[in-house]
Amino acid sequence: MDQPPAIELRGLVRQFGERTALRNVSVRVPTGATLAVLGHNGAGKSTLLRILATLLRPHEGEVVVLGEPLPRRAFAVRGQLGLLAHEPLLYRDLSGRENLQYHARLHGATPERVEAVLAAVGMERRAEEPVRQLSRGMVQRLAVARAVLHEPKLLLLDEPRANLDPAASELVEPLIGRTAGVTRVLTSHDPRAALAEADLVLALRQGRAAYVGDPAQLDSGKLAELYG
Amino acid sequence: MRTALIVLRKDLLLELRGFETLPAMVLFSIATFVIFHFGLNRPTIDGQLAAAVLTVTLLFAAMLGINRLFVAEREQGGFDAFLLAPVDRTALLVAKASALFIFLVVLEVIAVPAFALFLLGPPIGRVLPGLVLVLLLGNVALSVIGTLVSAIAVHTRARDLIGPIIGLPLLIPALIGTARGVGPLLAPHASGSPPAKWLAILALYDLVFALLSYAVFDFLLED
Amino acid sequence: MSTYGRGLRGLSLATIATISLALVLVFFYAPLDADQGFIQKIFYIHVPLAIVSLCGFIFGGVLAIGHLRTGDRRWDLRSYVAIHMALIFGVGALITGSIWAKASWGHWWVWNEPTLVSFLIVVLLFATYQPLRFAIEDPMLQARYASVFAVIAGAFVPLNFLAVRLAQQYVHPRVLTLTGGNLPGSMRLTFLISLLGITLLYATLWKYEMAAKNARMQVRRLRRALLGDDAVPAFGRSAAPS
Repeated sequence: MDQPPAIELRGLVRQFGERTALRNVSVRVPTGATLAVLGHNGAGKSTLLRILATLLRPHEGEVVVLGEPLPRRAFAVRGQLGLLAHEPLLYRDLSGRENLQYHARLHGATPERVEAVLAAVGMERRAEEPVRQLSRGMVQRLAVARAVLHEPKLLLLDEPRANLDPAASELVEPLIGRTAGVTRVLTSHDPRAALAEADLVLALRQGRAAYVGDPAQLDSGKLAELYG
Repeated sequence: MRTALIVLRKDLLLELRGFETLPAMVLFSIATFVIFHFGLNRPTIDGQLAAAVLTVTLLFAAMLGINRLFVAEREQGGFDAFLLAPVDRTALLVAKASALFIFLVVLEVIAVPAFALFLLGPPIGRVLPGLVLVLLLGNVALSVIGTLVSAIAVHTRARDLIGPIIGLPLLIPALIGTARGVGPLLAPHASGSPPAKWLAILALYDLVFALLSYAVFDFLLED
Repeated sequence: MSTYGRGLRGLSLATIATISLALVLVFFYAPLDADQGFIQKIFYIHVPLAIVSLCGFIFGGVLAIGHLRTGDRRWDLRSYVAIHMALIFGVGALITGSIWAKASWGHWWVWNEPTLVSFLIVVLLFATYQPLRFAIEDPMLQARYASVFAVIAGAFVPLNFLAVRLAQQYVHPRVLTLTGGNLPGSMRLTFLISLLGITLLYATLWKYEMAAKNARMQVRRLRRALLGDDAVPAFGRSAAPS
């Protein structure tokens, strides 16, 4: 492919106080591919995702997302990123629709698009209720809707299927599943599920890249080492 | 500042739904007036004393609002939602300061008549325009410093304490200006126009700190 | 990083010499004030302490701007040391001012001296600097927020003095003549030497503390590099930059 990679990390380092969360991480993700980030809790997965989302600055190394170097050009790339994080990022006192409208206005998406994603996640009938009254599965569905609202080119998914039952999971699949032209980075507590979807794997161990490459070559022995 | 309006609209909507902060500020003010009445043990007050009571009460009511300013963002992950958007981040400062300003104006619409009713001796009608002017300038100071201090407090451990501790010294010049500006207006046989020197001080203070806050706010949001 | 240590001995000697000279002048050369007598001489310590303290706060604010612009945390360390030294000098100024007030007017505190009152407000404000730092755990965030505070507070100093000065309705005899405007010659010389001495003292202490902190950080860095991360226990919560 002649296209530049969607993500390019070279020697990324990030510290929190005296603790180094990410140490010399390098990886190249082609456009349209899916990267699975694996590792223990505390290995640095969420930190990596947040750096890619422009919420954290890299301390050393190079980070280039969608052709723009971070953090210098973060503002240029923000509109094309979609983050699905641990927190749904929704105001509990507002309704689903109001939350999505707020996000839509901030991102420049149309009201029609808001209705379209509400329908796509099956929440159009309960969109008027305050988020605090909804079940966790519904909140997660709204969070997915929020993440894809502005049709981002890069999806950053931190445990996307958490709290979703199989029916809901199927519902959101077209939105956050493999889509042409959309690059995805996902983490999951279930490494096998993540591996099944991945074109590329980055395995983190105590902040270092323990394995970068083809998912097929990651055998169960190595997996046990990472998660054990 | 389209972004600021978007955020402001969301904040006003949230307050209408939750309806906690503004009622608390109003109730606090009225209760404080009652306490002052008993504490001072006089039938009415006027002049500089009245100005002091009014200013200090509004200040502490504002502190309540300031502590709550970023609560929704902090507790419901709203900061990230804003930080992910392709927008100018200082719009958050403008939006929050405007929200606080609006809360203060609404507060004063209720509290000032209550003050005139419960505590004030001289009639307030004639000096109202001058009073409104001074209070508006004072509100700008409270809103700007309040937002700044509240944003600083977000990442600290003693959130509710740090805000007032830092904010009160910073606000002292504005408070002096407000109290001294209002004092002559509340005197018996007042002339109706606030002393120009205090208006100038308040305006200068507002300008300097608005510009400064605008310049540094970005640094508070980055990570 | 040994730049702070360089010249420290020379500076210290200069400081000691100047302060000694100032003391000699204060006790033997400057005339006795007609109204206040001997206690007026505390003015020679009080006013320089106040001036240097205020300049120190503004200096700290300027250094903080450096931190915000470059992101280099060494500026934050410089700003921190500048401000906390200035605070110590400021408290010294308040105490000596109080002693002088008691001696001159019979009260430990007076509200109608605008400079003293403004000064109290500034000290109150900067007294919150360290609690603020302590309340933020992440060191990078702590440095950044502290710098924002230092910039705002530094800009506050002149505004505050203006406001308080205007608030005083009394035409109080200007006891504190800051730039030695209407001091007779011998008093002026003594005052200037004292001012120089206190300034040198501030500079020496600043340099000294910078050198000490830098040395400590270097040692930690070396230990970490040679012995591995675990050999160096984490700092725990601290208000100082690390």
